[in-house]
This record gives sequence, structure tokens and C-alpha cells, in this order.
Amino acid sequence: MTAVTTTAPATARPRPVADVVTMVRRSLLRAVRYPGLTIFLVLGPLVVLLLFVHVFGGAFGAGVAPGVTPGAEGRAAYLDYITPTLLVLTVVGGATSVATSTAMDAAGGITARFKTMAIAPGAVLSGPVIGFLVQALAALVLVLGAAVAMGYRPGAGALDRLALLGLFVLLGLALNWLCVAMGLNARSVETASNAPMILLLLPFLGSGFAPVETMPTAVRWFAQHQPFTPVIETARGLLAGGAGPGGAVAAQAVAWCLVLGVAGWAWARSLYRRERRL
Amino acid sequence: MTSPAPGPAIEVAGLRKSYPSTSGTRPVLDGVDLTVPAGTVTALLGPNGAGKTTTVGVLSTLLRADAGTVRVAGHDVAREPDAVRASIGVTGQITAVDELLTGAENLRLVADLAHLGRAAGRRRTTELLERFGLTEAAGKPVSTYSGGTKRKLDLAMTLVGAPAVVFLDEPTTGLDPRSRRTLWDEVRALVADGTTILLTTQYLEEADHLADSVAVLHGGRVVAGGTPAELKAAYDAGSLDDVFLALTEPTGGTTPALDEEDVR
Repeated sequence: MTAVTTTAPATARPRPVADVVTMVRRSLLRAVRYPGLTIFLVLGPLVVLLLFVHVFGGAFGAGVAPGVTPGAEGRAAYLDYITPTLLVLTVVGGATSVATSTAMDAAGGITARFKTMAIAPGAVLSGPVIGFLVQALAALVLVLGAAVAMGYRPGAGALDRLALLGLFVLLGLALNWLCVAMGLNARSVETASNAPMILLLLPFLGSGFAPVETMPTAVRWFAQHQPFTPVIETARGLLAGGAGPGGAVAAQAVAWCLVLGVAGWAWARSLYRRERRL
Repeated sequence: MTSPAPGPAIEVAGLRKSYPSTSGTRPVLDGVDLTVPAGTVTALLGPNGAGKTTTVGVLSTLLRADAGTVRVAGHDVAREPDAVRASIGVTGQITAVDELLTGAENLRLVADLAHLGRAAGRRRTTELLERFGLTEAAGKPVSTYSGGTKRKLDLAMTLVGAPAVVFLDEPTTGLDPRSRRTLWDEVRALVADGTTILLTTQYLEEADHLADSVAVLHGGRVVAGGTPAELKAAYDAGSLDDVFLALTEPTGGTTPALDEEDVR
């Protein structure tokens, strides 16, 4: 063993952009090394899609579109109805992984190492936020491809598709920041995915799988006032193409994403510097 | 590499720290005073629960002091935490490595975060892998490493940015005798280069071998300090073991609960 004599000391000057790139690269490298989480991002929505279309769809389809007869026609109508929901659920699945990944880092010593280095909290935490967003977007393409293989034909034009991508990026960033905070707030890795489970349930308590008009009053009120209903309606409108979603609904979706994202970001930053008993 | 800053590398005065407990707050550090001259090794000794890990936590900016002043590498930890962070390296009790990445990738990750630049980062990675005998393991995922090998990688990652002050919290706990010797050699090499080291240990032999000075922490205070030889002479003891036993006898009410360092 020899002493090292030639290395310049670490610079004190913060370089947040370089740090974000480094942390995102780490997150993606982890995804390559442990592809289980990424595969689950695709498999989860795929199983729900197959189950809901091929088992329930024949009956449910008649309830979501007027004049549709049960059976094959119903299945096609239900595929149309829930494909946007499953794309949204794919993004939610990515966020759930963010919580687990963040809790794993915090339970091991690596988060403590980052905290003793001169790196901005935002840079450390944006690693999983952006890394899992990239994975969720890749999973989205695969889930959409599966829906198309099952007969789904979106009418979205080029502009609609661009707007859709924007919506999913915004939703992904918002939910991922929220889930970073949930992961930091979790007492253990095992419980880190509990809080994000609520996010997975919300599309079911909205317009994800059935029109809100068919729900009892209390449930309907909740469905109309929770974030996922406008998000799903906007995705549905953009995918259908033509007139697109109502501007008011799209504005609600964007507003919800901004509120959730900023709240998650602020919560995550404050939790990052919170003392953790040594 | 790091030229020792003029004056002490670590200055602690009147450091107090309490943790919330069921009956209000429980003091862990109750007025710790400590000075570590630049380019020396100081060993923090003390029984379980004496506050060694809490002290390192405050000095490395992970915990906030309730009272007292703490300066590390010339910067106040409360007022300029990022300046302190840019000057220190920390190896805590929990191994701080990314299990999914390889050893080389872990080192490059830290090199990137220390802004060494691509070429210098790679050089530094190769150099540290060789220095810690990790070259063969470099391309394998860390999850396949033994505990001792992980610990070596952990320390190598701490040294990537050539920190002026290095904190080692029980660095040799769980290491076999050979790995322990390797780590001691490494500590000596670092100090020869001008690095300042504060290490905590339960092994008195380790303090005797390595440390220029020893501070014995007990009941939330530094109850004795000096070179190992001075301490042995002052307490008329043949070994640091005897000094330790004489100084840290349980005194009833003032001894903090023993579980402090077992709690994460």
C-alpha cells in the first residue's frame, strides 16, 4: 500500500446539474442491474388490462358506451375506455418503485454518505425521480403497444401525442417527488410501499374503470374531486383525438400535478435534512 | 495533497446533544470539549452508549448540536455545513455502498459527486482499487462481496475526494485480524500525508497502536485525554484497558442508557 499524493481535493463549488446527471445515471444503472422492478412496471398493468378486457370487458363495455352490446363489442369498448387508465397506472407504478428505492437507500448507509458530501438535497433525490420516470415512460410504450396488439386504435394526432407525453411527464414528476418523500418518511423498506398504495387505488375510485355518473352520491363526489379523475379524463381525450379533452379538465389535471409535485418536492427536501438517529 | 490547515482540524467546545425520550429528553453529550491537531489521529474511546457515534454525527453534519461550538477544517458545522462537507470523509458504522453496482462503479459514483472530472476520477478509482486490494473484485456487484471487502470499499469511497479530515466510526468492528492490520496501515499512510483522523473504537489495542492522542468519553463528557503513554502513566496502569476500566466505572445516575448506539 502506498500513499496517494496527486489528487486535487474535492471542489466546494456546487454543481447541481452535474450532480443530477450523476444521480440519474446511478438510478438507471441500478435498473439495468436489477431489472425486476422495471419488468413489474410493465407486467402489472398488462395483467390488469388482460383481466379487465377479456374477463370483465364483455359485460362492463356495455356500461361505459351507449348502444354497445355485451360480448366482443363490449370488450372493444372497454379496451378503449381503460387503456388510458392503465397508462396512468403505469406511471403510478413507477412512483411506487421510487418510494421503495428511496427507503432502501436511507436504510443502508448510502444516503448518510450523500448527506455528508457537499451535494444539494434536490440533486440526490432527483436521481430516483428522473430515473424511474424514464423507466415508466419506457413501460408506457410497451403497455400501449400491448393495448394496440389487442385491438386498441387511438385516434390521437401528432399534437395530441405530444400533449399526452407532456401530461405523463408532469404526472410522473409529481408522483415521483411525492413518493420520494413517502420513501424517506417510511420507518422501514417493508412499509415504504404502503403509503403509495393509496395512489394505486385512487384511479379505481375515479373515472378509471367506470363512469363517475354511475356511482352513488358520496363516491361520485369524491371521484369528481380527486386528482386522478381529471388526469384520466385528459389522457382519454388526448388519446381519442378529435376534439380532445375540455380545456377546463386539462387545466385541472395540470393544476393537480403541480400541487402534488411542489408539495412532494418540499416535503422530500425537509425530510432529507431531518435528523435520523445514529 | 491536503496541506494541514493552520490550527486544529477539529475544535469542539461545550457540545451538548439530547435525544427525545419517553420522559422528556435524554442527554447523550453533556458538554464535550475536544481538540484534534491537524495531521494527527485521535481515538475516541468509551463504553457502549457513551456518545461516540453521536459526536461523529454532529461533527460530520448529520446531527445538529443543541449547544456548543463545533469547527471542522476551519468551518463552523452549523453555519457552513457545505464547506465542512467538502472537507470531510465519513465512514459510519453502517456500510455506505450501493450493493447493486460494482466496486469500480461505486468509486466512480463518488468521484463524479466530488467533481474530480472523468479522467481524474478514473485514475483515482484505479489507484484506490489497487491500494485496497480490490482490483480483482472491482467488476463484480458489491452484493457478492464479503463483509470485510465491503468495508474496504466503504473506506476507499470515503477517501475518493482526498478529504482533509476523515471520521471513522468503529472502522474495524467485524474485520478479521488481517483486514484490521491493512486498515491500520492505511490510517498511518493517510496521516503521513497530512490527513487528520478522528476514529471511534472499542478496541483499546487499536487506540494504543494508532492514535497520537486518546479521548475517553464517559457520561456525555470527555473524562480524560492525552497520549496513550500519558494516560497510562497518569492512571498508573499497565495498559489502556486498565485506564478505560478505571475511568468508565458505572457511576449510577450519570451513566446514559446503554442502548444509544444500537438505535439507528
